[in-house]
Amino acid sequence: MSQPQYAEIIKNGLWTNNAGLVMLLGLCPLLAVSTTVVNALGLGLATAIVMTFSNGAVSLVRNLVPHEIRIPVFILIIAVLVTIIQLVMNAFMQPLYVVLGIFVPLIVVNCNVLGRAESFASKNTLWPSVVDGLMVGLGLTLTLAALGAVREIFGKGTLLSGINLAFGESAKHWVITIFPHYHGFLLAILPPGAFLGLGFLIAAKNYIDHRFSAARRRRADSALAASATAG
Amino acid sequence: MNLQPLRTTAILLAFAIVGTALLALTYQVTRGAIARQEKKAKLALIGQILPAASYDNDILHDTLILPPARLLGTDAPTTTYRARLRGRPVAVVLEAIAPNGYGGKIDLLVAVKADGVINGVRVVSDHETPGLGDYIEIAKSDWIKVFDGASLAKYHGEDWQVKKDGGQFDYMTGATISPRAVVKAVHNALRYFTQNRAKLFARQALGEKR
Repeated sequence: MSQPQYAEIIKNGLWTNNAGLVMLLGLCPLLAVSTTVVNALGLGLATAIVMTFSNGAVSLVRNLVPHEIRIPVFILIIAVLVTIIQLVMNAFMQPLYVVLGIFVPLIVVNCNVLGRAESFASKNTLWPSVVDGLMVGLGLTLTLAALGAVREIFGKGTLLSGINLAFGESAKHWVITIFPHYHGFLLAILPPGAFLGLGFLIAAKNYIDHRFSAARRRRADSALAASATAG
Repeated sequence: MNLQPLRTTAILLAFAIVGTALLALTYQVTRGAIARQEKKAKLALIGQILPAASYDNDILHDTLILPPARLLGTDAPTTTYRARLRGRPVAVVLEAIAPNGYGGKIDLLVAVKADGVINGVRVVSDHETPGLGDYIEIAKSDWIKVFDGASLAKYHGEDWQVKKDGGQFDYMTGATISPRAVVKAVHNALRYFTQNRAKLFARQALGEKR
């Protein structure tokens, strides 16, 4: 099979086939942790790291694995990687682990990771697979962060609350209070708020896509009309 | 004879063995560092509720293993840390569990001074709803400091409830279950302290390991 172009891989991962907005995979962590921007970024980045490594590892062993047992082998690889990352983070990056630690085990059951291993890394060479894992992971991160921002603003009236957990006490004043004396909107914090917010984000993406393709059609039409009059 | 299934099995087994070996190796390499980090984290938490200047003994080794107790909410032995200044009892740090949080158990550290006044309480771990019930953690809000200076002499029976139930303790609207559980657990820990005060400070040789 032909090697996919990197530009194509990047565009697919970040926009066209966005894991959260288009493929709608991995919704369980999406709902659970997108209550604030900081939580969402935490899980998103941890997932992106795991996907980068798992895609790379799967790509390296893809010719050793018989077709029938590829799923158990991929899951094994992902579980081993996640556990190693968790142990190493706990040992040498304690502050980061305190923030991301609770999310990391969730990644094993995130079907995006297995999905990319199966649909991309098992058919491509090392570097395209690594880039694909990173880009799909970053695409998911962006979606999570956007959803986290929407829920945090409507649920709590703030933005970036909890940032001090990642960057120390001095980051406390980074927290932006959008609505002072806001009493909170519980629905946005609870899981239904995640579904609603995700629905609006998908609608926004579809709207943008629609506008772009309409504009392209109009340009094509006018070019056609111009050539017709010229002829 | 068809050898294909055997071959497939062998490959799966090989992956399992390599994976397990990698994990065992990582565990060995990181174990020491993780244990050090956990000890540091626990000390930091104890340091928040018991200023290091208020005692002069090696608090991590001057410990007492308490049997499971109903008032502490524990069903396994727990460790109590004892602080002394020039040999005289200053405070104990009790491990207590609130069994009835919204997301299950809430693990607490309760520092009680020798006169029965609470010096501080911290949540060690919990599973309360993120963004809702988790304000009981010091990282999320200062709520847990409502217990600073509380004692059985200051608040009596009915006072040991959240304000919504007619007690003296603040809570945040929309999340009453978590603070209700913590207030009850802290109250019970204080009652445990009062009933067992002499035993808690009973001296085994300083630094004695059990």
